[in-house]
Amino acid sequence: MGGNNLIGTLNKKGQKFVQPEYMFFEAPRQEFFLTGSEVVKEAIRRASVDISVAYPITPQSEASALIGELWTEGYVGDYFRGENEFAVMGECAGAAFGGARVFTTTSGPGTLRAFENFPMWAGSRLPIMINVMVRGVNSPLNIQPDTLEMAFLLDTGMLIWHAETAQELFDMLLKGFIVAEQPDVHLPIAVCIDGFFVSHTKEMVSLTGADICIPHYDPYRSPVPCMDMETPPVRMMRDPFVMKSNYISYATHASWQQEIKAAIERSRKYSLRYLGGSLIEEENTDADILIVSSGTAVAQGREAIRLLNEEGIKVGLVKIKTIRPFPTEEIRRATKNAKLIFVPEFNVAGWMAREIKSVIDRNDRVIAGPHVAGGMTLPPEVIVEEIKKQIHLRKKELVHG
Amino acid sequence: MGKDKIKISKDLEDIMPVEYRELVADATYGKENRGWKDIGSAKELIEEHSLCAGCPESIAFRYVLASLPNPEDTVMVGSTGCTSLVFPHVAVHNIHSLFGNQNAVASGLKRALKVRFPEKEKDVVVLAGDGATVDIGLDMTLQSWFRQEKFTTICFDNELYANTGGQESGLTQKGFVMKMAPQGKKFNKVRMPEIARESGCAYVAILTVSKPNLVERVLKNAILIARTIGPTYVQIYTPCILEIGKQSMEGLQEMRDSEGPADRFAFREFITDEAKAFLAELDAKKKLAAAAAKIGTAVPAGVK
Repeated sequence: MGGNNLIGTLNKKGQKFVQPEYMFFEAPRQEFFLTGSEVVKEAIRRASVDISVAYPITPQSEASALIGELWTEGYVGDYFRGENEFAVMGECAGAAFGGARVFTTTSGPGTLRAFENFPMWAGSRLPIMINVMVRGVNSPLNIQPDTLEMAFLLDTGMLIWHAETAQELFDMLLKGFIVAEQPDVHLPIAVCIDGFFVSHTKEMVSLTGADICIPHYDPYRSPVPCMDMETPPVRMMRDPFVMKSNYISYATHASWQQEIKAAIERSRKYSLRYLGGSLIEEENTDADILIVSSGTAVAQGREAIRLLNEEGIKVGLVKIKTIRPFPTEEIRRATKNAKLIFVPEFNVAGWMAREIKSVIDRNDRVIAGPHVAGGMTLPPEVIVEEIKKQIHLRKKELVHG
Repeated sequence: MGKDKIKISKDLEDIMPVEYRELVADATYGKENRGWKDIGSAKELIEEHSLCAGCPESIAFRYVLASLPNPEDTVMVGSTGCTSLVFPHVAVHNIHSLFGNQNAVASGLKRALKVRFPEKEKDVVVLAGDGATVDIGLDMTLQSWFRQEKFTTICFDNELYANTGGQESGLTQKGFVMKMAPQGKKFNKVRMPEIARESGCAYVAILTVSKPNLVERVLKNAILIARTIGPTYVQIYTPCILEIGKQSMEGLQEMRDSEGPADRFAFREFITDEAKAFLAELDAKKKLAAAAAKIGTAVPAGVK
């Protein structure tokens, strides 16, 4: 079923199984003009997915419907519409318990509806991939892009990656499976994108050929037994089910949770290998002023930097690619010399600024903003204005101004 | 295939736990016509349990496990509650996920096993309490039936939330005073068997565990029909003697007192015509096999 013994052979659709490294770094690519949702379809076409469960919620509905088309075409093992997101994530769990590679998508209210499942996925060591197309959470009802739900996901024990563009989404979806399924990681992964900004806009995306795919998931490389009665049953359930009021029981649960945190850490080496050698991207980090964020807030930051450069104000950029594991050392190093660190965000809480403040010294350098919420756009001019305001306030400290 | 998967390497036999050695020696995996009479000698049928002394659920659990037609290829899905305390003692793969999502998990699991093993019969059996099945998980219970997911749902109905200390559930009888129903339950016991029938179950049965032969027959029917035709539902009365004020030895009598012709657990079965025809076909095959065995010819395939 799984693994590398199939490399070079064809699947029933005539796609050739290739080494992941070949697909990611060597396979010839061709440019297409696609929306983010269409890119999801193209990534999953190449991902040897066994089961996908769908449920309509804006803005991910189109992507999950397109997976249905893939199933009809024969690229996905099984596919159906679940009854609500809590159930969908349970259905995904069942499929993963049974040794399948599983993919699903959700957004905002759906993420919150499903929530009890996410720590259960992690605790059960199920390497499910969920593409979270972020959306504002109620109330009031709101369908617009907002990254608040990512803050809630931070401590679920999942890997959390944040793609800025449709191109990055394509690559992260395929790479995410491979990283999440490593025996010493084996955790669920949320690949997040900013809804509408990425899901519904078209851009040029460079895709590998549709005639190659990554190998199947091999459930027998899992660190916990696959629930298919193909391996001996053990007197232990997949969760360390020791519901006793004694120290041994507490220690069992505590060590299980610590192991999940350790597995997130162990994913770093694979993320580094596949995500270009660093969990962040840096531009001009020798500048006094830095913009640090993830997702499309980074794209807006880049535009702001261009406008500021025109006025002779030099600003550097740090883009964070993985939220969990958090690139602590990389951020410390990149922000070492900065006097002001701006964190533009699409949410009311400013959680990314909190995360950054929690890992660097002299964290009064961090300005939690500008952040917008509820689907408001973040024009580069707003970022420019905020930076200029802060420069003015701190004139004595800064080189520019 | 029987015990192939649980064999121990000769070199490791002496360091394997005695529990596991006995599983290999005494398991009824692969045994034709295994049933409730194997209890006491078969290793996978729970030698000890962590429920209250005399809890009828413990014997119900054993009958269910003994009745699995295909334990070496069966995966069970449980939920939170008293049942989840027993599953760690069960020698088939079993999943505890969340409270109420058992039918969702089973849906995904059954489909995954179908994708991965298209040629193999892998049975999925849900076993959960009334709180999980009828209250918190009702949505997912019903939706799995609407979708015609091919697995059996067993509800251990003790008419209350036992593990949390005796609160009212949807299957509590009207008028009963319980925690969270201090003035007595205001509405009728939910008619789950009828709901199951109307929701698309091919086979539905409601019974107690006072008669092991009946439990075995019902369970085998339910699992074989689910494999081939569509979803099946079995509701079993497993009274919580602790919460209804009975002694450890009074569980069996409580079940007998609740299954008279006019009582709420009088044995009832709903079965679709398609499932009836399927069972008749199975019976015919069995008779053929028995006749063949008498005259010493091979047993036809697909009889187990």
